[in-house]
Amino acid sequence: MNQKSTIVPELKERQRWMRVLAMAPVTALEDAWQALDDRPDYTLLRAPEVGSAMVRARAGGSGGQFNMGEMTVTRCVVRLSNGTAGHAYVAGRDKRKTELAAAFDAILQGEDRRIELLPSLIVPLENKQQTHRHIRAQKVQATRVNFFTMVRGDNQR
Amino acid sequence: MYVAVKGGEQAIDNAHKLLAEDRRGNPEHPELTLEQISEQMAYAVDRVMTEGSLYDRELAALAIKQARGDLVEAIFLLRAYRTTLPRLAVTEAIKTGEMAVERRISATYKDLPGGQILGPTFDYTHRLLDFKLAAEGEAPAPAERVDSAPDATMPRVSDFLNNEDLIELELPDSDETEVPDLTRAPLDFPADRATRLQNLARGDEGFLMALGYSTQRGYGRTHPFAGEIRMGAVAVEVVPEELGFAIQIGEITVTECEMVNQFKGSATSLPQFTRGYGLGFGHCERKTMAMALVDRSLRAQELGEDADAPAQDPEFVLYHSDNVEASGFVQHLKLPHYVDFQSELETVRTLRSEQMATLTKKAAE
Repeated sequence: MNQKSTIVPELKERQRWMRVLAMAPVTALEDAWQALDDRPDYTLLRAPEVGSAMVRARAGGSGGQFNMGEMTVTRCVVRLSNGTAGHAYVAGRDKRKTELAAAFDAILQGEDRRIELLPSLIVPLENKQQTHRHIRAQKVQATRVNFFTMVRGDNQR
Repeated sequence: MYVAVKGGEQAIDNAHKLLAEDRRGNPEHPELTLEQISEQMAYAVDRVMTEGSLYDRELAALAIKQARGDLVEAIFLLRAYRTTLPRLAVTEAIKTGEMAVERRISATYKDLPGGQILGPTFDYTHRLLDFKLAAEGEAPAPAERVDSAPDATMPRVSDFLNNEDLIELELPDSDETEVPDLTRAPLDFPADRATRLQNLARGDEGFLMALGYSTQRGYGRTHPFAGEIRMGAVAVEVVPEELGFAIQIGEITVTECEMVNQFKGSATSLPQFTRGYGLGFGHCERKTMAMALVDRSLRAQELGEDADAPAQDPEFVLYHSDNVEASGFVQHLKLPHYVDFQSELETVRTLRSEQMATLTKKAAE
């Protein structure tokens, strides 16, 4: 299960775009898809399917695992005419978004398209996601507080 | 025991039509959208997701709308929907230590790496009704922003105590594949901690809060401190079999509470703090604090403490924490019990006439 020790650079790259695609709004993926000049044909190896994922957590944050509850998830697998399979598992119930994420995953595995699509699609989406996170973090940081302990019975004279 | 009845279809149909009309309310007022509920009734959505045991803001908002704001009914609706979903994956354990923190407070340390971060909170508000909110259309002042970057790491309070060996360690189990799941197998006793935590995570907030409160008032006291409460977004990863590597499917917001509790030690171990844990979907601080109190109380036996208070009794707590089950059994009392009641009527009449006869006989003597 744990592949972390054997992660190769290409795999890390793929994990990165799969993450960015999963976190992107469907409208952004739809616009990008429509804007592709040569949209490839693909077949659905596994049509978009909505289901659940059981979320695991750890007692005390670091201890034994327990099942905390489920979340909705949608999965899809597509295949391009050249045989490349694209996969997507996306939180939520958006079938169209998941299908587009799988299609882009397939396309991005081809080196030619990757050179074009990484800077034109993935990087801008990732930047947007980071900006959003950054603004939120700035607002949260404004609520950082320093408490001063009042010594009981310490009357000033 | 209730019995099946026939008939009444028309009346039932009409009752549901009346419910639908009442749910909509006065049509002169605009209808609520799911976005409005999700954005402006966010904590109601969080509670329904936590106790409905399904993270999906839109579905929880729909359940709240359908239930006319009755959150326990909404939780029931979400649970019922949950059973229709095929299980596509089990996630990797979420890493709350790597949370994008939106709130993080400790009642045990004033100064700690990462700082005390209040985030969006009701704490320190005056609890006075704000009539400005009654007037529509006024946008709130924008939240302040500061440019200082958050501390890169936000270690857990329990880690500081760990460094001095002052608190018990929470270590992963050796076998991580066999995690009990209450959605697959019914509750059985003795219940291990993983089962208890799953039960408490979806348990009724009111029930757990009352139990937690009872421990504070002396019924199974555990001397707790809120070591740390943190809320924020965590990444969720799954390892699909067909891929064999981890992919991030999204983020969820969770609230986590770690209680630090006293423990007197034993003949073989030095005194050490013990831990209670609470975790829930969304922002649900009260729930996770109560959960952490009850989690710790349920460890009484394991820690060699007297276990005579309700909050320390696993069967009492775990069998009664689920508000879908509880609501079902309490509310079934309104279903037709005509046959049962007829037989009880007969019994009471017989008992009364027998006793009357005895009394009359005695009086005559």
